[in-house]
Order: sequence, then C-alpha cells, then structure tokens
Amino acid sequence: MKKKTIELQQLSIGYKTNHKSKVVAQCIDATINAGELTCLIGANGVGKSTLLRTLSAFQASLDGEIRIQGKPLKSYNDKQLAKVISVVLTEKCDLRNMTVKELVGLGRSPYTGFWGGLSAKDRHEVDAAIKMVQIKHLKYRMVHTLSDGERHKVMIAKALAQSTPIIYLDEPTAFLDFPSKVEMMQLLHRLSREMGKTIFLSTHDLELALQIADKIWLMDQKQGISIGTPEDLSLDGSLSQFFAHKGIFFDKNTGLFRIENEYITAIRMVGHGQKFAMVRKALERNGIFADRKVDAEIMIETGNLNSDKPFVIHVSNNPPIEVCSIDELLTAVTLILKERPFIPFRREHESKSPVHG
Amino acid sequence: MQRPVFPLMLALFVLIIFLFLLNLLLGSVTIPLDAVIDILLGKSTHTIIWENIIWKSRVPQALTALFAGAALSISGLQMQTVFRNPLAGPSVLGISSGASLGVAFVVLFSGSIGQLALSQLGYVGEVAVSVAAIVGALSVMALIVYVSQKVRGNVTILIIGVMIGYVANAIIGVLKYFSVEEDIRSYVIWGLGSFSKVSGDQVYLFISLMLLFIPLSFLLIKNMNLMLLGDSYARNLGLNVKQARFLVISSSGILVAIVTAYCGPIMFIGLAVPHLCRAIFQSSNHRILMPASLLMGAVLALFCNLVARMPGFEGALPVNSVTALVGAPVVASVLFSKRKQDLSE
Repeated sequence: MKKKTIELQQLSIGYKTNHKSKVVAQCIDATINAGELTCLIGANGVGKSTLLRTLSAFQASLDGEIRIQGKPLKSYNDKQLAKVISVVLTEKCDLRNMTVKELVGLGRSPYTGFWGGLSAKDRHEVDAAIKMVQIKHLKYRMVHTLSDGERHKVMIAKALAQSTPIIYLDEPTAFLDFPSKVEMMQLLHRLSREMGKTIFLSTHDLELALQIADKIWLMDQKQGISIGTPEDLSLDGSLSQFFAHKGIFFDKNTGLFRIENEYITAIRMVGHGQKFAMVRKALERNGIFADRKVDAEIMIETGNLNSDKPFVIHVSNNPPIEVCSIDELLTAVTLILKERPFIPFRREHESKSPVHG
Repeated sequence: MQRPVFPLMLALFVLIIFLFLLNLLLGSVTIPLDAVIDILLGKSTHTIIWENIIWKSRVPQALTALFAGAALSISGLQMQTVFRNPLAGPSVLGISSGASLGVAFVVLFSGSIGQLALSQLGYVGEVAVSVAAIVGALSVMALIVYVSQKVRGNVTILIIGVMIGYVANAIIGVLKYFSVEEDIRSYVIWGLGSFSKVSGDQVYLFISLMLLFIPLSFLLIKNMNLMLLGDSYARNLGLNVKQARFLVISSSGILVAIVTAYCGPIMFIGLAVPHLCRAIFQSSNHRILMPASLLMGAVLALFCNLVARMPGFEGALPVNSVTALVGAPVVASVLFSKRKQDLSE
C-alpha cells in the first residue's frame, strides 16, 4: 500500500476578486503518493500554476479540501508548512554575490535560530543536498555566474536542504537544452525513489514526462483532470483525446507523440529498415506520403541499411535517377512533382498506423 | 571567492577611528594634535576657546556624521533588499520628501503667518524643525507601510513612494512661491544637509536614538536574507512576508526620519554604501552586509564631512554636494572594476 501524502477532495481552484470568483478547475479528487514522480501536463493558461500555488498554500482554494499527510493544509502555519513543502519556481532570482553554498544554506532557514546561523547538522544537510544533486563542483561559485540548468539544480538542492517530504516544481525543465531536461527529470525521479520524496511538477515536455513519470495528471479545460500512469492513460485513450484537435498524433504503439502532417500527394516507395524509415520521415515532412501500397507514377527504392547503394528514383518510363543523400533526393522529387500534373493526395492512402512501414 | 570578512571589518573600524580623529584635528581653526588629545583626555591645560571648539563643535559634528552615515547606509540597504531594487534608497520612497515637506511647512509658514523668521528663534526653531521633519517623514512612511500591506508587488509600492515624493515636492513648490525670501533661503540651506546643525546638547539625544534604533534594525537580518529570494521562496521558507516587509520598511523609515530631522536630507550615502559593501565583501549575506554598511557608512560620512570643512573652504561646503562629488566616482569605479571582473570570469 502506497503512502498518500497529498489528498484532494472536491477541490476547486481559481481566483477570488472583490465580488466574483473565477474558477479555473473544479471538483478535483486525487491523491499523490510518496516515492512517486507525478507530472502535471496541460496547455498554457489551463491552470497548472494556479493548482501548484493552491497546493503550496500561496493561494487559497475556492472550495473543497487539501490534506497534506492526513492534516488539512489550512491547519498548518507558515513555519510548519516550511518543513513539509518546498518549492522550486520558474521565477529567476536575481541574486548577485551569493555562493551556491549560501543559497542552499538558506533552505535550512526553517530550522535555524534567530540569526539564521547554520549548525553543524545544518551544514551536513547542505552538503548532503549538494552531493545528491551532483553540484559539488559548483559549491563556491556565485549563483549569478551559473547557467539556467545549473541554477535550477541549485534551487533543487535548496529544496532538498529544506528536508521536506514534499517538493513542488513549476516547469523545472523549461529553458533547458534537451540533455539537461533529461538529466533533470532523471534526477527528480532518482530523488523520489531514493529518498521517498513526493515530487509533483508541471511540465510541457510531454515525451519526457511520459517516459519518466510514475503518474501523469492531464489538465484540460473541457475534460477536467485525468490521472493515471502514462501507460493507463495511453490505453484508455485519454492521451489521444487530449491532443486530438491540435495536429498532434499520439502513436499508441510507441506511446509517444508525433506531429500529424497534411499530405499533398503520395508516392510509392520500397525498401527496408532505417533507411526506409528516414526517407519516409523526410518526405512526410514535405507533405509527401510514401508507402509500399501506394500506386503512383513515382517510385523510390531505398535499399536497406546494409547496402551501400544510393537511393533510386523511378519515374514512369524515364531512366532511373540515382542520388546519394536524402537532401538530394528531396530536391529531385520536388522537381519531378513540379513537372507532373498535380496528383492530389487521396484520403484512402492514409493507413491507420502510419509510422511503421 | 569570498573575501576575508574579519580583517576588512577591522580595517574599516580602524579607518573610522582615524577619520574621527582627523575630523577633530582639521578645521578652520588650527589646533595641534597634542592639544586635541589633551582636551579629549580631559586635561584642561589649553585655552577655553580650543576646548569649546573641540567639545561644542567638532566632537558633536563628528559623532553626528558617524551615526548619520551608519544609519543612512543601513536604511538604504534595507530599502534595496525589501524592494529588490538596486536604485532604492532612503530618498526614493518619498520619506525624505515627507521630511522636507514637514520642514517646509514649519519654516515657510512661520515666516508668512507668524511674521517671524525661524532662524531667529534659536533653540525652539531647531526643535520645531526636527519635530516637523520627523512628523513629515513618519507620515509618509505610515502611508507607504499601509500601502505595502494592501498591494502585492514591490514595484507598485516603489512607484507609489516616488509619486508621494513628487506630490510633496509640488506642495513645497507652492509653499515656496508664497514665502518670503529669508525663509526660502533658510529652507534651501536646510535642504543642503549638514552634520553641524546638531548642537552640543541635542547631539546626545540624537546618538541615543541611533543607539536604540540601529541595533533594532539588526534583528531583521534573517528576514532580509530570506527576502533576497523573492516573496514566494521566502514564504515557502516560513517567512511571514507582509510582516517582514512592514518591519523592514518601518525600521528603515524611522532611521531616515531621525537623521533627516537632525541633518537635513543627506543624499547618496544611503544609496551608494550598500553597493560599495556588496562589491568589497563580495557577498549579499546581511550578516556581513549590515555591519559592513554600518562601518562603511560611518567612514564615508566622516570623510565627506572632512572634505566639506577642508581648510581653504571658509565656512563649510554643503555636505550633499560633497557626498555626491566624492562618492559617485568612487562607487562608479568600484562597480565598473567589478563588472570587468565578472566578465573576465
């Protein structure tokens, strides 16, 4: 039985202005478990930040209850809450002249005395947090000289130094390059596993979230919030439905997203393996659907990966054209298509599972 | 690469003592060093005039400069932290303008309504000016504190403070327009700032007030360190942001109000010293910056006071001109060399 750290009962979130309240999402029933990485996914403006702010008590809920470790969130005061929940936000602190060690040390504030001095135990916790996030080499660097990714890690170390069972992160992967995103998610996953932390984060990096998260919360204006493991959400169609109207294609076979192309025309293509897949991908990007089953004047032979043979383009009875790279192939095909009478793409060419040839 | 804190602090401390003695030694009347030391030690072997100059004029002035510089710097540091704005300072929030408005009312009205120039009132006039400045500064501060509890963003408060400053200046302009010339002159002179206005008796009241409020401001060090992280992070670390903001603005405002009441609006020190300290100590930890600003503020104020009274300048230059003329290039060069260092890292 997993330990529930956060329970939401009939929660409504939104903003209260003087007279009326604007509801962002309502009737949320959910739990977040300890030792799990939970990712919150949704379009911009759907209320992810509002939800995070409400869960971290920065903002009052409109209705319903939030229970943290069995106790209502409202029953915690600021000081108690500081020992239960830590946050990592998107806002960039403009900190000059502060070392990484000092910043992480500020994470110990809920435990330090009146002057904020660090005890031996505090210093140990700071070192442990820095080690956990693997930024030991940055310990004495000034925060303002760090890159975005490094700074994010420092803020995570700060959250770890706060020694709270719960960590919320608002878009921790934003502004990072791809390897850093992966590293960040792996780090968070490791923290949830090794330290039993409850980690809840919002993100726009769908593919990463689907691969690394234990639970996904899909937040949508119409459907409300759907919750489950990435695989469950994939099987029950929530994910496909979620992105159905946005030109994104959810491929159930791989469990990943693809961009859906508008095809202009179709050509016939034969070949095997990686070479086939790559040529096909390139053609699709240019609005040309290519498949074995298509009956067309143009035919491309890709060969397979083991053959050193170039790509061959056959156009009806003309002599075949040989090209060495996909770039050249694309140029040739575009030229040929220009000379030909326009052959509109017919819907029936589209197979149900276009990714696997 | 943090600097060694303790030796630097010690150096500043030694510098204060040195500058303090220099302040006693130099002036329009030449008194030899051994005489100054004898007078300070209470050996009354010298003329009564020298004794009077030292005890009634130079010591109060040096002490005023020392404490005013320290208080303004701490106040400026607090403002810069609470508003997370490097340009914040005692004068920006309209607190100095509030003090000026109070003084303007007293100085300019006493002439046009009471038919007497305040400068001829002596001690009563001095007290009236101090009280007016404190009342003016504290009412603006109360207004800003009230707003800070209602409004969310720091920038909003800052803008409101600047607006209050403009309104106060506008009212002062109207008052000036309807005033007699001598009053305007005495108001303008007050506005130039001076460490020598505090007379021998009042200086001890000033010092005791400073000795009360400067240590109180040190109680807010942990709060200010957390505020550096921004409201959300600070709150997440258990800080009651509204309360902390109230305390820091109040502390800062009271310090400025008292200094302005006694010395007039002293510009620049409150803005510049925190920057100097950050650059010199390479830190934004208030456990270092608060004492550093205190010491550095005292050093800078004593130095400016010395320059203002350099032999050659008969009488005394306005302190405000000196603080800006001496301080601005120093701060600019420190910040500039730091920028180069940052770039070469």
